Amino acid sequence: MDFLRPASWEEALAAKAEHPTAVPIAGGTDVMVEINFDHRRPEYLLDLNRVELLNEWEVGEENVRLGASVPYTRIMEHLRAELPGLALASHTVASPQIRNRGGVGGNLGTASPAGDAHPALLAAGAEVEVESVRGSRFIPIDEFYTGVKRNALAPDELIKTVHIKKADGPQQYSKVGTRNAMVIAVCAFGLALHPETRTVRTGIGSAAPTPVRAKEAEDFLNAALEEGGFWESGKIITPSIAKQFAELASGACNPIDDVRGTAKYRRHAVGIMARRTLGWTWEQYRGTGRTLEGAA
Amino acid sequence: MSQNTRVASAPAGTPTKVTQGSKTKGGIGESTLRPDGTLKVTGEFAYSSDMWHEDMLWGQLLRSPVAHAEIVSIDTSEALAQAGVYAVLTYDDLPTEVKNYGLEIQDTPVLANGRVRHHGEPVALVAADHPETARRAAAKIKVEYKELPVVTDEASATAPDAPLLHPGRDDHHAGHVPHPNIVHRQPIIRGNADEAAKKADVIVSGEYVFGMQDQAFLGPESGLAVPAEDGGVDLYVATQWLHSDLRQIAPVLGLPEEKVRMTLSGVGGAFGGREDLSMQIHACLLALRTGKPVKIVYNRFESFFGHVHRHPAKLWYEHGATKDGKITHMKCRIVLDGGAYASASPAVVGNASSLAVGPYVIDDVDIEAIALYTNNPPCGAMRGFGAVQACFAYEAQMDKLAKKLGMDPVEFRQLNAMEQGTLMPTGQPVDSPAPVAELLRRVKARPLPPERQWESTEGADVRALPGGLSNTTHGEGVVRGVGYAVGIKNVGFSEGFDDYSTAKVRMEVINGEAVATVHTAMAEVGQGGITVHAQIARTELGVTQVTINPADTQVGSAGSTSASRQTYVTGGAVKNSCELVREKVLELGRRKFGTYHPAWATAELVLEAGKVVTDGGEVLADLVDVLEDEVVEIEAEWRHRPTEAFDLRTGQGNGHVQYSFAAHRAVVEVDTELGLVKVIELACAQDVGKALNPLSVVGQIQGGTTQGLGVAVMEEIIVDPKTAKVRNPSFTDYLIPTILDTPTIPVDVLELADDHAPYGLRGIGEAPTLSSTPAVLAAIRNATGLELNKTPVRPEHLTGTL
Repeated sequence: MDFLRPASWEEALAAKAEHPTAVPIAGGTDVMVEINFDHRRPEYLLDLNRVELLNEWEVGEENVRLGASVPYTRIMEHLRAELPGLALASHTVASPQIRNRGGVGGNLGTASPAGDAHPALLAAGAEVEVESVRGSRFIPIDEFYTGVKRNALAPDELIKTVHIKKADGPQQYSKVGTRNAMVIAVCAFGLALHPETRTVRTGIGSAAPTPVRAKEAEDFLNAALEEGGFWESGKIITPSIAKQFAELASGACNPIDDVRGTAKYRRHAVGIMARRTLGWTWEQYRGTGRTLEGAA
Repeated sequence: MSQNTRVASAPAGTPTKVTQGSKTKGGIGESTLRPDGTLKVTGEFAYSSDMWHEDMLWGQLLRSPVAHAEIVSIDTSEALAQAGVYAVLTYDDLPTEVKNYGLEIQDTPVLANGRVRHHGEPVALVAADHPETARRAAAKIKVEYKELPVVTDEASATAPDAPLLHPGRDDHHAGHVPHPNIVHRQPIIRGNADEAAKKADVIVSGEYVFGMQDQAFLGPESGLAVPAEDGGVDLYVATQWLHSDLRQIAPVLGLPEEKVRMTLSGVGGAFGGREDLSMQIHACLLALRTGKPVKIVYNRFESFFGHVHRHPAKLWYEHGATKDGKITHMKCRIVLDGGAYASASPAVVGNASSLAVGPYVIDDVDIEAIALYTNNPPCGAMRGFGAVQACFAYEAQMDKLAKKLGMDPVEFRQLNAMEQGTLMPTGQPVDSPAPVAELLRRVKARPLPPERQWESTEGADVRALPGGLSNTTHGEGVVRGVGYAVGIKNVGFSEGFDDYSTAKVRMEVINGEAVATVHTAMAEVGQGGITVHAQIARTELGVTQVTINPADTQVGSAGSTSASRQTYVTGGAVKNSCELVREKVLELGRRKFGTYHPAWATAELVLEAGKVVTDGGEVLADLVDVLEDEVVEIEAEWRHRPTEAFDLRTGQGNGHVQYSFAAHRAVVEVDTELGLVKVIELACAQDVGKALNPLSVVGQIQGGTTQGLGVAVMEEIIVDPKTAKVRNPSFTDYLIPTILDTPTIPVDVLELADDHAPYGLRGIGEAPTLSSTPAVLAAIRNATGLELNKTPVRPEHLTGTL
């Protein structure tokens, strides 16, 4: 196995172009596990730790430009106000040691349906900026996940920056695991209110082959909130709307039975989380919530 | 090779002498600090996996990927051809006629002989100059398997055409079991349960399922075998009982026991999982074959296959009671799955059956316990050892009975609680304090933790809620429940086993101070035994500085660090040897100074603060002057009261050494919609007889409590019922409690002396593991109203989504 250590982004792109099978490694919290278990024996490892721009972030007018390697700990510490959903999701990632190393770029690169960041990115709205020696492109997050542990990257491309919409309203994130900390998701749910566009976006983790949005649930809710004038009045969402939203979110799941949980439980739990996160964000929107970023 | 040259060539990471001393007296009853504590917390402690030897090779096992198969062929040629590979061994390379080992029944092949009986069974061994080379080479061994049908439960094990796990059994249980796929069966019959049932106003029954728990010790199996010039081998290993290992290792190697010199290396937890051999024989075989030191370290994945687990169990119980709350009778049948090899199954059956009634007075019982041979992973010793599974079931029954009678569950238990003098169902009288009702009273009297602790001015603190940092509830769906349980565990090895220990104690003057050295073969697995030995020596010999020599086989057996027995038995042996040393020292004193003071002949003399003192407090001499250049050293064996076997038909017999009792109150909060549980508090009251080191006692109780919590709400090895393969051999999917899952554990320690035991002490390590699990289950039932007959409880059970 060759270990490639580019000193700059340009060198990294050149290395990836020359060795398209090279596996990029930053925090190593996914890749090293696979290598240690001999599940994966890449010909080349492409170490991105010297590429400084991947560790930087910038808060712009509309978006946060988040370098692919920015560790979860930084997101929790510095981007709670701008990215409340992702900050909550970051807090559920593994242990402090892993959160100090792992970043969103790794979650996207691995594209596991259980990656904790995905539902938050789907709900907030994001684009993944990827680049190769051929040039760069922006992949909308909805089009990024193409299958179980597969994503829309071309073999010569690297993930550079994730452009995430700054929160324009309350966001929430919930994850079910059978332990109260340091647990892989049985299933997860992210929800973001976008008062500027009067829309609600969602993201579901670990309950389908890829991270998905609960589109039908969103459409139903958007229509119901619009028709009922909820955005203007800020009145309490009626239980029947919340119930139907939850049912549709459940229906958006396509889960499997595995050692972590049954498909039936995952559907059930996603519905509960959908109803609760809607309740929490809406309470915040109505002004009775105490903090923007939730309670964690 | 002499001991000196052996020490000179000892590998890096070999334990060294631990010298403990302080300005304080540091005798028994004080919370002296453990010498390994700071080292472990700061990461400097040398565990067995940290050992290193110049020129050493790495050993690697090839394990079976299937649960049951005939081995058609093994081709090692490609593995042997790898650069850096020094040896590849299979069954055919075993050097003697002894090719099996086992704690009680020698049914476990060192390497598979034409057949594998469980997923992960060792098939071949590789030694190479790098661990990765060894792993790759192992993967190049070609094994052709012809899969066989699997036996996975009682029905498939005892079916007419069931494949026999061990055809042609000739072990001492083979004659009395109803089927060759049953390892051992122990009935216990007392009174007449059928007749007594007629007096019952209410009868409750239930079927209970206990999942397979893993010991999940943090230091995986590891050790280092160094070939010696005399043709023998020096083995440095993390184990629970050096001499038991030795008895099993030496015959396979074809060496006399004195040529297999074992030294305990740093043990990272055990909980029963190191009672059976793991890599010991394998490393020795490779070392003797290659002439080089060989180190084997399992990774976490392999560790799940490298040791036995707690027996999963199915338990059927029936109890009756009169309207006024007196239990009339009990019938039960306990089926333990022992997996492919016997390990400790027979003794687990003995415990499960003899403790199946729990700490209650029930005169008429009909009990049967069996352990099966199946193709599931082998199961054996784990903290609580058969008593855990039974306690889970009988405590659920107690709650059911109380509910049916409309009684308070604690009052109902107290009404039926055993006490000193009660007869066990085996007919054995409980002849030391049994404060069962008092322990329950204490946990119940404790104030309950405040409701809605998660509420703060900042909003809900999710850390205090079910789901924790996963942020699943801010109070929605959360219901509190409270539950109680109490249990009974035996202490020490039972059923007539010659359960002794050995201690060598030495006293001499070094640098103008009388000091003591204690040498035993006791495995310090984290329980704090070496701390306690120093305390005992200080108390008995009046010295401050005590040196504890590393545990090895150069001294007699200490027995196992199991069954809550080490403080009792090896502690007893240290005390006994100290007393013998003290007698010799006093003899020396009498010879030298007897004529100067009549008290030498007439008074009770003790050794205190470096002096010989009368019981009246008068100082007769300084120990330095008594000893001068003399070295007083004694090695002696010590035994507790003998026990008897249980009658094979009736289960009668004085089978146990001592009993240990703990009670718990669990307070849980359950997210009833998501099925997630937060244990808020697990209060424990336990009688410890005498707390030799109160801090260690509380630590043991809190640890046992937490391990019981683990199997209540998360810990389970999941075995596919169709293939008998383990599905979650990792800490990603075998979950153990984190600190956020660990509740406040207030501990109430009683010290009611057992006059038969050294200092009146009671073995303590296991009892809290028993009652913790059913208390948590009772609390979850209380919160949800669900019946919950299985542990661990999964979210699916609480939400009807299985």
